[in-house]
Amino acid sequence: MIMESKRKKESPSSPESTQFPDEVLERVLAFLTSHKDRSSVSLVCKDWYNAERWSRTHVFIGNCYSVSPEILARRFPNIRSVTLKGKPRFSDFNLVPQNWGADIHAWLVAFADKYPFLEELRLKRMTVSDESLEYLAANFQNFKVLSLLSCDGFSTDGLAAIATHCKNLTELDIQENGVEDRSGSWLSCFPESFTSLEVLNFASMSAEVNFDALERLVSRCKSLKVLKVNKSISLEQLQKLLTRAPQLVELGTGSFSQELTTRQYAELESAFNNCKNIHTLSGLWEATALYLPVLYPACANLTFLNLSYTALQGGDLAKLLVHCPRLQRLWVLDTVEDKGLEAVGSYCPLLEELRVFPADPFDEEIIHGVTEEGFVAVSFGCRRLHYVLYFCRQMTNAAVATIVQNCPDFTHFRLCIMNPGQPDYLTNEPMDEAFGAVVKTCTKLQRLSVSGLLTDLTFEYIGKYAKNLETLSVAFAGNSGRGMECVLGGCPKLRKLEIRDCPFGDEALLSGLEKYESMRSLWMSACNVTMNGCRQLARKMPRLNVEVMKEDGSDDSQADKVYVYRTVAGPRRDAPPSVLTL
Amino acid sequence: MEGRVTYENDDLNLKATELRLGLPGTDETDDHEQAISTARNNKRPSPDTTDDCVNKSRSDEAAPVAKAQIVGWPPIRSYRKNTLQPKKTEAEAPGIYVKVSMDGAPYLRKIDLKVYKGYPELLKALENMFKFTIGQYSEREGYKGSEYAPTYEDKDGDWMLVGDVPWDMFMTSCKRLRIMKGSEARGLGCGV
Repeated sequence: MIMESKRKKESPSSPESTQFPDEVLERVLAFLTSHKDRSSVSLVCKDWYNAERWSRTHVFIGNCYSVSPEILARRFPNIRSVTLKGKPRFSDFNLVPQNWGADIHAWLVAFADKYPFLEELRLKRMTVSDESLEYLAANFQNFKVLSLLSCDGFSTDGLAAIATHCKNLTELDIQENGVEDRSGSWLSCFPESFTSLEVLNFASMSAEVNFDALERLVSRCKSLKVLKVNKSISLEQLQKLLTRAPQLVELGTGSFSQELTTRQYAELESAFNNCKNIHTLSGLWEATALYLPVLYPACANLTFLNLSYTALQGGDLAKLLVHCPRLQRLWVLDTVEDKGLEAVGSYCPLLEELRVFPADPFDEEIIHGVTEEGFVAVSFGCRRLHYVLYFCRQMTNAAVATIVQNCPDFTHFRLCIMNPGQPDYLTNEPMDEAFGAVVKTCTKLQRLSVSGLLTDLTFEYIGKYAKNLETLSVAFAGNSGRGMECVLGGCPKLRKLEIRDCPFGDEALLSGLEKYESMRSLWMSACNVTMNGCRQLARKMPRLNVEVMKEDGSDDSQADKVYVYRTVAGPRRDAPPSVLTL
Repeated sequence: MEGRVTYENDDLNLKATELRLGLPGTDETDDHEQAISTARNNKRPSPDTTDDCVNKSRSDEAAPVAKAQIVGWPPIRSYRKNTLQPKKTEAEAPGIYVKVSMDGAPYLRKIDLKVYKGYPELLKALENMFKFTIGQYSEREGYKGSEYAPTYEDKDGDWMLVGDVPWDMFMTSCKRLRIMKGSEARGLGCGV
């Protein structure tokens, strides 16, 4: 109400504008959570734009360099929750130089000034230093949620600061980061008076934590719903934790192999039996067939099972899956082989997502793993399948055609035939028809990763049929730049395009001139793009940042790695010497 | 499917700078091997280094380079790679990778010195890799009994006989290996 008069001065209402007073409109808009909906709302008229910006509490920024903290704060004064993504995705695979950027600190300083009541921060592929974590802990009294995924630059010292000072913390989620794991003592920093934790995930950290401190923490945090511990926690310790927290909804176990006495085994089984609410299970390092049965009682309501760190055989997976009829998401290692995937098809009719990771990605001697047969078997049994990530060493066009015929609702189809440029192993033909079948049949397709021997035809298909495609990843494919031109010309909803090791040159790059402003970003590495081409792009499109990363010993005229993205913040000033902004 | 890319308004003379698959003077084909060779040979061939010339001729061969050479492939996050495979890592991980050439062999190989515990293991691996035998090492005479001598280029740019210095010192000073053959090899063995 106090804000009302201030706002009315800023936006003089026009005769045909809404009859609602601003505060009512704001109340209504507060129910809108999707940022896409909110973007649409803000375009209706000036009143709605203002009502939306005052009522928005959560902001999602897919590329931290697309906007500056100052611009953000100017538009949205009441933000409580921020999600930020930094480095290009290929940094996960070591393709981005060290010190590339995406440092959170400048954002935190701006937030301390403009959003002192900030509650939630979710970061992906950002650089976060201990100093930043300490700053965060010291400057935001209401801070509740910290989620760091694939970030780097911090150590357990920074986490200690968070644990010590964030009195209202409800969520601490540390996943797959480049953390310097100095010691597990950070966990002991949560004060005895601290009871608000609901989510604790330190599964990907290696240092041993003080178990007593953990047990006491779990005991006193009655609202704890998600607990994912690291490998240092033994089965015996897990049993104790489960006894303290039978209300858990998501559990990540520690190491799942230990010599247990009969009594300990029974106690563990009983502990799992008491956990009636678990719907997500992960961890399970070194789990063997011997101890998996203790899980069975807890599997009835399981919807997500992550076995991607467990080298399980097909038969043992089958025995486990019999107890998981409600499974919707499954992640496994390819040690389960086709036999294991047949079991998936048999026992998990409600499956929507399957990810199969390679246990030995760099070993050429290995001829095991999964083949096209396993994938086909899953498609026959799991008709609701819409998300797949599949690493394999052989595939055929016919198999993929069958798969999408069985499962036409794919939204995410990520197929990685691990040997670059490998054809259909039965016919020796390119894999064009496979991906052609995918884009023709799966009209809802949003994300596609292609692999195998591919000609320009694949990209003609993609451009012609993939009308809902938003993200495309391409490697070692295509004959000429025409492939890229087809995609840029044909996919209206394309937002992210990442390409490596393809014969696409300047002409292809420049064919997307107008397109790039409607996309989040473009990545091209080890293609045939030159510095001249990049300079041309930068010159013609001032609202794009065109960044080139050169490699040691390469030709001066070659643009080894190119990252292009739209921005309202102008060229960035924090690029390291290895990154040239054109 | 077009075999050639056409350039309209070729103001920048893009055609002249177009990087095409295959050797100059050849047309584009759908050759499967070219897809692989593009992956490894995106650098323009420079006459200076022998490596690139060797790579170009390799595009005619079916034998692919070991998968471990391709940075960032297969696309698996570092955390997952390191968790499952703490020992087996790819090219850019902290291993000591050096090129190995053998006189008369069509292409070079690359090995990770960290994988070997000492000279005997290394020499055995080289013998297996290039299908030849190294003679007996002696400080006085070098490698006796075969026409091959394993040599390495050290940090100072000098060519040294493998085996003279302690293994650890060798690991840190070795920049590349070369298996010499014939008279050159014998020359190195003559305690100069």
